[in-house]
Amino acid sequence: MTPLGLYSPGDSPLHRTPAGAKLLVLLVLVTAVVIVGSPAWLGGACVLVAAGYLVARIPWRRRVLPLLRTLLLLAVLVGALQVWLLGWQSALVTVLRLAASLAAAGLFTLTTRIDAVVATVERALGPLSRTGVRADRLGLLVGLTVQAVTTLSAIAGSVREAARARGAERSPTAFAVPFVVRTLRHADELGEALAARGIGDEDDHPTGPDTGPDTAARPGGNGRRVP
Amino acid sequence: MSARASSPATDLATTVVFAAFLAVLGLFPGVYVGATGVPIVVQNMGPFLAGVLIGAKRAVFAVVLFLALVAIGLPLLSGGRGGLAPFVGPSGGFLLGWILSALVSGLIAQAAARRGRPGLPVLLLAAFAGLVADYVIGVPWLAVYTGSWSTALTGSLVFVPGDLVKVVVAALIASVVHRALPGRLVGTRTR
Repeated sequence: MTPLGLYSPGDSPLHRTPAGAKLLVLLVLVTAVVIVGSPAWLGGACVLVAAGYLVARIPWRRRVLPLLRTLLLLAVLVGALQVWLLGWQSALVTVLRLAASLAAAGLFTLTTRIDAVVATVERALGPLSRTGVRADRLGLLVGLTVQAVTTLSAIAGSVREAARARGAERSPTAFAVPFVVRTLRHADELGEALAARGIGDEDDHPTGPDTGPDTAARPGGNGRRVP
Repeated sequence: MSARASSPATDLATTVVFAAFLAVLGLFPGVYVGATGVPIVVQNMGPFLAGVLIGAKRAVFAVVLFLALVAIGLPLLSGGRGGLAPFVGPSGGFLLGWILSALVSGLIAQAAARRGRPGLPVLLLAAFAGLVADYVIGVPWLAVYTGSWSTALTGSLVFVPGDLVKVVVAALIASVVHRALPGRLVGTRTR
């Protein structure tokens, strides 16, 4: 996993458009694509999205080709089934729908930084804060989870090594049970570390896990132990 | 390790770590089951496995957090997929169904846990109900996409055998883990 996620750095007009605006356009486009049933209009939508990729100057070999391969595979799989069961016309419509909405969603993800998405979501959920939803916790949760992915990957690697050393690499439980047990233990340790920093330990928010004070410590401090 | 009273910090940590757990299931290329030699992708057993391990509430939050991370563009789904595309695609319903899957499996396992450590049969039932819940969302979504129930059902049928294996594996894992670390399911105090 790259630290940037699926974001493809750039300075095109599409990259500079605010995340909220792009999200709205995407929402409208995907809704329209589901409603509209004419192949000509759907083809037009595909061309529009393809033009977006050109404007955003998405790297051809590293980003566009893998996407095209996925789309082609889906089109062949879904299309074949549809042609067989429903005929050419509806198969074409489905495949075009698929191509337009998947490519448009991909374009949003490729041209929008993760922190910009987080900020937009936090702002959009802001009005919900009166109902107890802590939108401002999202950034912290993202950071903590990405940290935990790294830790669990390391745990998974060492557990798999241990299973291999015992010649039990083909048995699912020989890997999974120690992995799950150590995952739960890691959750305990992280819980202790968070409690020590006063995160999540106030009872005024009845919404459960995603609560905590604003003075939250950054994730990845020295409160965590990596087994 | 004895059963512990769960605090909000522990709940938060469990949620975060299980969201990461779902992600790690996607990083792994696959697990070999029996002697078939065919690796099966394990990520979609994550929701009902989480449900029967840590209970409905924390499992649901973990799945929602994980899906949110995918949606904002982290490549955490099997095969390094991420962003909004998987949600608008034909199998988007199966992704959203994970939330219901975690809820249903967690509620059943917790109901059983109130009467002592849940045994293998009830864990099997909980995991299976979780799988069914996922299909309940996923198949109609696919049908909307393809415009016909028959293609949606035919397309989903391929995955049923593998998914049933995952239900059994999840229940086996959970029954052993609950023996090793008791008291995880009840966890959260009722407020």
